[in-house]
Amino acid sequence: MAVASTIIYDYLRGKKKFPHVWCPGCGIGITMGALLRAFADLEIDKNDVVMVSGIGCTGRMPVYCDFHTLHTTHGRAIAFATGAKIAKPNMKVIAVCGDGDGLAIGGNHFIHAARRNIDMTVVLVNNKIYGMTGGQYSPTTPHTKLGSTAPHGNVEHPFDVYELTKGAGATYFARGTVYHATLLQSLMKKALSKKGFSVVEVMSNCHTLYGRLNREGSAVKMIEWMKENAVNIKAASRKTPEELEGKVLIGEMLDIERPEYCEQYEALIDQLGGRPKDKPEAEESPEPEEIKK
Amino acid sequence: MTENRSYLLQGNQACAYGALAGGVDFFAGYPITPSTEIAEILASELPRQGGRFIQMEDEIGSIAAIIGASIAGAKSMTATSGPGFSLMQESMGYAYMAEVPCVVVDVQRGGPSTGLPTKVSQADTMQAKWGTHGDYYPIVLAAASISECFHMTVRAVNLSEKFRSPVVLLLDEVLGHMRERITIPDKSELELVERRKPTVPPEWFKPFELTPTHISPMAGYGEGYRFHCTGLTHDSSGFPTSDPAEIKDKLDKLKLKITQNSDEICTYKQEHIDDCHIVVIAYGVAARVAQQAVRIARHKRFKVGLFQPDTIWPFPEKALRKALENADLAIVAELNQGQLINEVKRIAHSKVKVDGIFRYDGDIMTPHEIVKKIREAN
Repeated sequence: MAVASTIIYDYLRGKKKFPHVWCPGCGIGITMGALLRAFADLEIDKNDVVMVSGIGCTGRMPVYCDFHTLHTTHGRAIAFATGAKIAKPNMKVIAVCGDGDGLAIGGNHFIHAARRNIDMTVVLVNNKIYGMTGGQYSPTTPHTKLGSTAPHGNVEHPFDVYELTKGAGATYFARGTVYHATLLQSLMKKALSKKGFSVVEVMSNCHTLYGRLNREGSAVKMIEWMKENAVNIKAASRKTPEELEGKVLIGEMLDIERPEYCEQYEALIDQLGGRPKDKPEAEESPEPEEIKK
Repeated sequence: MTENRSYLLQGNQACAYGALAGGVDFFAGYPITPSTEIAEILASELPRQGGRFIQMEDEIGSIAAIIGASIAGAKSMTATSGPGFSLMQESMGYAYMAEVPCVVVDVQRGGPSTGLPTKVSQADTMQAKWGTHGDYYPIVLAAASISECFHMTVRAVNLSEKFRSPVVLLLDEVLGHMRERITIPDKSELELVERRKPTVPPEWFKPFELTPTHISPMAGYGEGYRFHCTGLTHDSSGFPTSDPAEIKDKLDKLKLKITQNSDEICTYKQEHIDDCHIVVIAYGVAARVAQQAVRIARHKRFKVGLFQPDTIWPFPEKALRKALENADLAIVAELNQGQLINEVKRIAHSKVKVDGIFRYDGDIMTPHEIVKKIREAN
């Protein structure tokens, strides 16, 4: 506990910023806690961290964290983060998104950042619903489940975030739940240490809207469901498809190596002789023909 | 490019070289006619000079990336045309709210919608002013020559750094693709402005501090100043607020940093204004036509002059009022159905008759169309 309280003072912004905006029992707080403990474990200097978010419940996380924090427009966290990362490649950049923010309005930026394999960590809090606007169905709302804009049950089918991330070209994907907070912390630690585009999907509870609409009970009940229905990927290989029906796979699901974008671009600058920046004369570049006087 | 040598350049090329001369070290863009050459040149040149270029997945990503890069500490720019400029508007609003220096070049083409990708237009004049939601005060420049494409890009970067605001530079299809002779000035002749950095200890730093000039010092990432930046209405420390007094302070700050400094921001050109009864008002490429028309009409002894704003937002209001002092008629020439004419009417305040000559069929007007209008008025 002593360690936990030190982390609170080290990483949270104390004055004026609390109480936070999240409902009592919301999993985003647990997610933030796991993330900050991961930073503490890795002993990353706060001055080297940029935390970017979009709009939504998860989008409010940067207000409380004592990093360079950037709360942007809806869906654009990863695009803003891309600019910040390329401009300052030595910064540790993380983007925190909800499922609507990261995968619906921001889906294009998500897949293209994964394709580039740009070095950043995306913490994708998946509570299967748009919380802040009042419970509309999202790209991760399961088929037939209720949302305020799916009053007859969701006609659409959800993304499998792992398949999406893998298919788009990311080099690291892990899934955790807000019940398995210690595992979440270690997955985040791994993701933050990974050079490349890494995603941690956090299965979280929105008992206020999703849980109420779909009769899944209180925060405690929803988190208990995660405890009972999450299967670690290592254990899953020993189970039959029938046994895995309706379960949530958690753990590290993708960890591969591919060239990282910023490293490649910085190498290009070196190759073209673009460093140091105030070099008097760049190499002869193709230039327009001079007018004969 | 070698300094102090003359080149035959397109406007888009001159703009790209202006960006490099102005110190732009980050460009994010998405292909769109007729602006693409700017991205192509910077893709080639920026890494040679230690800068960085990225082609984003769309224009929404482009504007987001340049804002992110600028907050991190870069001098950043993007270039686009009408449809892309429309896509950028939400995050343009973010940049106004979060006071982020960046330059957006809009090489205008005919609209609305896909419109006329390869034809000239000045129909984004009001979009540049009111494109995004909310109250804000943009700085918008309109170039009228290839040389201005270069120099106004440098100026746009400088203004954005000085006033911590996005700056829109309007070019158009004709200017973007037209070639003219241009002499690239020596670096020593160009004055470059750097954003003000904080000098206080990090714990005292307020990223949106209220100052007499309404411009706050800005720290980059990794410089020891950790701060919060949001599109929510915020107090001087950068955190969201719902306190009416703090909200008003913020919105006043956004307004006053531009309006109180409009004399410095606004530049304009005029010809034969002293003795004229008719003032032709034109900006951008239409001003080139108007200039020729005024010279022809002068030759025919019509008492006519030219007023050409370089900065259209904020509009050089005092200068126009003075130019109209002895005039009976103002003729506004635009390549749209009449956008800036409303600003001229507001400034003329019914003391001077204001008439317009508009062309919006994808072609540029001729000097004789304007001369005809001048003749009709006499």
